[in-house]
Amino acid sequence: MKKFTRFEGVVAPLDRANVDTDLIIPKQFLKSIKRTGFGVNLFDELRYLDEGQPGQDCSNRPLNPDFVLNQPRFKGTEVLLARRNFGCGSSREHAPWALEDFGFKVVIAPSFADIFYNNAFKNGILLITLSEEEVDRLFAGVDANEGYQLDIDLENQRVITPGGEILEFEVDAFRKHCLLNGLDDIGITLQDEDAIRAFEEKHKDARPWLFRQPA
Amino acid sequence: MSGQTLYDKLWNQHLVKQRDDGTALIYIDRQLLHEVTSPQAFEGLRLAKRKPWRLDANLATPDHNVPTTLKERAEGNSGIKDPVSLIQVQTLDDNCVEYGIEEFKINDPRQGIVHVVGPEQGATLPGMTVVCGDSHTATHGAFGALAHGIGTSEVEHVLATQCLLAQKMKNMQVRVEGELGLGVTAKDVVLAIIGEIGTAGGTGYAIEFAGSAIASLSMEGRMTVCNMAIEAGARVGLIAVDDTTIDYLAERPFAPTAEQWEAAVADWRQLVSDDDATFDKVVTLKAEDIEPQVSWGTSPEMVTGISGQVPDPLAALDETVQRSHTRALEYMGLHANQKITDIKLDKVFIGSCTNSRIEDLREAAKVAQGNKVADTIKLAMVVPGSGLVKRQAEAEGLDKIFIDAGFEWREPGCSMCLAMNADKLGAGEHCASTSNRNFEGRQGYGGRTHLVSPAMAAAAAIAGHFVDVRSLSANDAIHAQEA
Repeated sequence: MKKFTRFEGVVAPLDRANVDTDLIIPKQFLKSIKRTGFGVNLFDELRYLDEGQPGQDCSNRPLNPDFVLNQPRFKGTEVLLARRNFGCGSSREHAPWALEDFGFKVVIAPSFADIFYNNAFKNGILLITLSEEEVDRLFAGVDANEGYQLDIDLENQRVITPGGEILEFEVDAFRKHCLLNGLDDIGITLQDEDAIRAFEEKHKDARPWLFRQPA
Repeated sequence: MSGQTLYDKLWNQHLVKQRDDGTALIYIDRQLLHEVTSPQAFEGLRLAKRKPWRLDANLATPDHNVPTTLKERAEGNSGIKDPVSLIQVQTLDDNCVEYGIEEFKINDPRQGIVHVVGPEQGATLPGMTVVCGDSHTATHGAFGALAHGIGTSEVEHVLATQCLLAQKMKNMQVRVEGELGLGVTAKDVVLAIIGEIGTAGGTGYAIEFAGSAIASLSMEGRMTVCNMAIEAGARVGLIAVDDTTIDYLAERPFAPTAEQWEAAVADWRQLVSDDDATFDKVVTLKAEDIEPQVSWGTSPEMVTGISGQVPDPLAALDETVQRSHTRALEYMGLHANQKITDIKLDKVFIGSCTNSRIEDLREAAKVAQGNKVADTIKLAMVVPGSGLVKRQAEAEGLDKIFIDAGFEWREPGCSMCLAMNADKLGAGEHCASTSNRNFEGRQGYGGRTHLVSPAMAAAAAIAGHFVDVRSLSANDAIHAQEA
């Protein structure tokens, strides 16, 4: 995982609540056994006017000109702005893989679904939870200003608008540490190998039926 | 000190280490694997040259991509016509062979939807932690197990360490008190709960479902309720252990036997919230207020009773809700104030990890018996949740009832719940579906899903539109059988 560093990025607004993971990456693309290449199918049903197929060359597909990611002013966007309960639905990690592969480093919304929240951080994507009012203000800012960028400063847990407004956000210490240092958490967990083994022995003694296999 | 909730107890029994930064290492007793969310996890293990920590904690079966037609299934993996789907199923087989993980392969009679197979085998037990790369893992909480969906990175983490990095959730209790009306099922209960608290109402919480109406449900019904906890935003749904739980598990292949059974049962009896436990949030519904439910929109919270109507988006107070409702009606091809019973259907799907167990099929069959699927319905299909459910249904003659009524009787798998195989909706088609999600495009590009119970789906198939299952003549049959 790459280290997450401070950057200024173009913001793309996706003005809808309850964006589900089926919408982020439709099921036909989940058939891949790889982690990469999902970016061209991010928001496939919103982005294209036809039905997408896995493995298809997307360069000739008809684009939906109304969809935000197809508008030239949002080209190169790295920050997605959305409404409440973003990422609800299935546990597919293909959703953050698609966001990351497309180029998003940050999603800002008033709230996120739990499983998606975990999955995003494990793929180096920072999810920033701001209040409904703050998100409203950002939508208004993006709407009014072409090329609207936000300065994303994870170290100090703040977002800075072009007008200099500072929006502070919460993020738990472990996730922040992993993101800033690009750490693989399996490696961190295995540092506790002895504690896991000791727990496992005790657990097996107390509840041996949890370790039973059929005859 | 106040008492513990069921969730608190399960958490404490599996806590390996609490870290200063608020995260914890939780030991995982069971991991279920399917073909869609596991290949990248195995690949990750391989690249890092790691080995699975404990092989016997894992159980695998392909479910999402498998065809449900008899002819294709008879050919095993080579019956999967989509080459991309085939590679995914083959990859699961290969990974299980390479690492030595038990797998119920495509034509094993024990194959089926992971969330049907686990409990059916007794591979899900009370007091376990159960994970799977699938959000409907909440299903297993019906057994008083701490069960939730995880992403593929976490699947790899559990394979490599037998642990999960987690943060403790808050406790919510949803009580459903009273007696459910005739024709009102577990599915209607959970849809009504989601309608009440919303799709983000449970975010950050483990929900324990309680109250007399929940206690009266069978294990199948309890699984239906917990299955859809995620549709209320909660990763975890839970129900306390009681006699119903224990009776269900006796003599299941993976369940303990003899002396170990006695010890296990004594332990399981403790898996209830203490009387003086405190919940961060409590929601109570009256069972008598719940009628058969039908979803009208593109989020499971967009749901109402069969006697209701499609809401007027402009009646919503919140602008975001107004926009969501307007967009949903446009996608669904419905209009404000349209009566639910006026919604005409093109297809009917009875199946999925929510409603494909034997009891679900029995309820649908009661309604279908002696009736015919309406001419206007292009396809009505019944997809059992596992090979063993299918076998049981056939032993009871349910397959004949469905076939005589004009339903297709299929082979087990996830099927049209998410349409990763060949079973899907065409654009604009309305489907009465016993599955769990009515998202845009979920059952096929442009498809329009209405979530209902198995009995309501069967009734809709016969009428060609939604109809109150309580008003059907088939009700007499229900009365007769229950009396």
